[in-house]
Amino acid sequence: MLILITIWEAISKFDVFPAFMWPPLIIPNDPGGVTVLKTLVNGIIDGQLLEATGSSLIRLFIGFFIAVVIGFVLGFLIYKYKIVDDTLGFFVTSLQAIPNIVWMPLAILWFGLGVGSVIFIVILGAALSITITSSTAFKSVPPLLIRVASTMGSTGIHLFRTVIFKSTIPQQIAGLRLAWALAWRAVLAGELLGGSGGLGTLLDLGRSIQAMDLIFSIMIIIGVIGSFIDNFIFVRIERFVLRKWGILTT
Amino acid sequence: MAEEHIILQNVHKEFQRKDHAPTIALDDVTLSIKKGEFVSLLGPSGCGKSTLLNIVAGLEKETSGSLLVNNKPIKGPGNDRIVVFQESGLFPWMSVLDNVMYGLLIKKVPKQEAKERALDWLQKVHLGKFAHALPHELSGGMKQRVAIARALVTDPEILLMDEPFAALDEQTRMVLHMELDKLWRETGKTIIFVTHNIREAVVLSDRIVLMKTRPGGIKNIFPVQAARPRTSSDSILVHLENRILTELEQEMEKVLKEELGSDYALKTDDLRVDPNNNMGSDI
Repeated sequence: MLILITIWEAISKFDVFPAFMWPPLIIPNDPGGVTVLKTLVNGIIDGQLLEATGSSLIRLFIGFFIAVVIGFVLGFLIYKYKIVDDTLGFFVTSLQAIPNIVWMPLAILWFGLGVGSVIFIVILGAALSITITSSTAFKSVPPLLIRVASTMGSTGIHLFRTVIFKSTIPQQIAGLRLAWALAWRAVLAGELLGGSGGLGTLLDLGRSIQAMDLIFSIMIIIGVIGSFIDNFIFVRIERFVLRKWGILTT
Repeated sequence: MAEEHIILQNVHKEFQRKDHAPTIALDDVTLSIKKGEFVSLLGPSGCGKSTLLNIVAGLEKETSGSLLVNNKPIKGPGNDRIVVFQESGLFPWMSVLDNVMYGLLIKKVPKQEAKERALDWLQKVHLGKFAHALPHELSGGMKQRVAIARALVTDPEILLMDEPFAALDEQTRMVLHMELDKLWRETGKTIIFVTHNIREAVVLSDRIVLMKTRPGGIKNIFPVQAARPRTSSDSILVHLENRILTELEQEMEKVLKEELGSDYALKTDDLRVDPNNNMGSDI
């Protein structure tokens, strides 16, 4: 890491590329000049970056939440009814082969430039993935557990709530984690193309005003948030669940 | 005379298969089981013994024939008939205690009472210390004890056991035989016990239903008239075990002949003893 930063600074200092293409990270090239760190800190202090991060995250949460609901319902229907599996199941699998940013032109036509189309992209990206992972999870519930529960008199919603759903939790978490990563990509791609504020739009602004320092600051934020949520939220939940379910024994 | 608890009349079960003639799993099975009786279903794999158990459990439906429990036809699974399977089937996300309480909470037993009854049963299967352990922390034998406690805590009239000890080692199995025998004598439940282990059937049962294959059905029924608690070295049991083994060998030979060709013989040049122990007197 330190070596990488050093090399970066050296390239910047020796003027291999112009400063707008290759800004210094920490030490300014001339007194009071731009650095990535300074832009990052200023951006956070004056709220521009924080505001953009906030609005990206809000869209992400809204989209992700709706996607989870849709994904679980569709996943359950695919598991429960063979006819749905044969029709919708195949359809969902084929739709997932389309990178979700490809939907953006269509989304812009339907919802206009703005929040609507960004959320649409997020929902689409995550919901398809959750549909597939949750239907697979439901299908892999050990039949033995269902037989045990039904011999003790559990049926219908009770059976679903206490056994079928519980038994899929480890796989559902893994599925959500995957879908979260897709949603995070989708929100940024959507904002990049669809405008409407947020980190993606700010990135596009950075490109148009040739502010490489701004672009880098945003990329750092994206990376940090992405790995923070993955490592500190999903990985922890996953480890806890796997340990409790007896899948992971360490 | 004790009342008939379970009555199976001409029960017939077929499995439909694609591009095949249907497989007959059970052909015309008629059997009645008394209240408090311990009956084993014994036979080679494919004889339909588990299918028969599942039909009594309500997990599968007979193709034709009738099944009465307490003189009433059954409608699907019910908590008067609880099954203990070969794999314990404990819910891995629940503690041992929660697993045992599961059936009680379905029956709407208040939580506090359910907990007391569950703990009480865990004591009876000697797992009081493990109430808060998770299933994956237990050994195979302990899991089966929990499964038995989970079944019996709801006080079902009938306990159905589908090769419950088949996956355990010999020592654990012997211990669990003794414990099951004790629990059965204490609680007076009707037990149907599916097994392919002759000794297990002989040691535990009041009656042994020997089953045949192709089509599946009853071949013979042996009453076991030995005092309890039993040891497998009891001469009555040893004798019975040999009689059953002889019949089972005939059955196995029939199956192998069908599978491997008609010139197959399980033993050669032996003096055949028929199941009634008369050597040729009926010529």
